[in-house]
Amino acid sequence: MLPADDVLVAGLRSGDEATFARLLDSWSASMLRLARSFVSTDASAEEVVQDTWLAVIRGVAGFQGASSLRTWVYRILVNTAKKRGVKEKRTVPWTSLEPDGGPTVDPDRFRGPGDDYPGHWREVPEPWVLGDEFRHVVARALDQLPERQRVVVTLRDVDGHSSEEVCAMLEISAANQRVLLHRGRAAVRAHVEKYLGGAA
Amino acid sequence: MTCEEFVELVTAFLEGALDEDTERDFVAHLAECPGCERYLDQFRTTISELGELPPETLSGDTRDRLLDAFRNFPRA
Ligand SMILES: [Zn+2]
Repeated sequence: MLPADDVLVAGLRSGDEATFARLLDSWSASMLRLARSFVSTDASAEEVVQDTWLAVIRGVAGFQGASSLRTWVYRILVNTAKKRGVKEKRTVPWTSLEPDGGPTVDPDRFRGPGDDYPGHWREVPEPWVLGDEFRHVVARALDQLPERQRVVVTLRDVDGHSSEEVCAMLEISAANQRVLLHRGRAAVRAHVEKYLGGAA
Repeated sequence: MTCEEFVELVTAFLEGALDEDTERDFVAHLAECPGCERYLDQFRTTISELGELPPETLSGDTRDRLLDAFRNFPRA
């Protein structure tokens, strides 16, 4: 557990290296994954994270405490990553968030309107027998998600941020966040199902 | 509630974001439908596996550079 924000901020302002090293080691992994969603290479993502920490070093004297320290750092990261993404012509249109539309499960899986039980499973999902490859399948599925879904699923499920934190970092509504999260999770689940079905 | 409707509400249910009536219908459907119970289980399994993905790390060089920058930053 990290100390409270006021302790961390005081440490950063006074130049306490142990405090800085601790934050660097606690947050950089999740920051790298988030950055990677906006830029096209791992090397770019690492530079974005580095530039973010440099901005934190310079800017922490002016940190107002209006949000948590972590949210403030992540906001800097997202802005840095977006600028970089624009340069790399890889933009995530968060502001023009049109609904992605369409069902998250293949409609053919459900009985049609002429059936006695329309909208119910034709055949219930097969049980999963999960082996060592499960983690790789999930990791690959995450990589393949559309960008906005990947960002939200990464922040929520991989890094364990709360819904409120993610909405604040990305400046999106709770409803939009939930739609992206649901679509992303459902796509990962479907990817696993397809993999297991194909491997059987 | 149909299964086709159920599968679109899973995240809202897990987030506690369904209104009271819809949540009651969701739970009633879950209690009666083995297919949707399995779907929900697989959804949860997927979420918990996402939480187990290995962390990436900064390269040692970048970390050293940042610690240097912090050490040498001029403070009043
Ligand atoms: Zn059902």
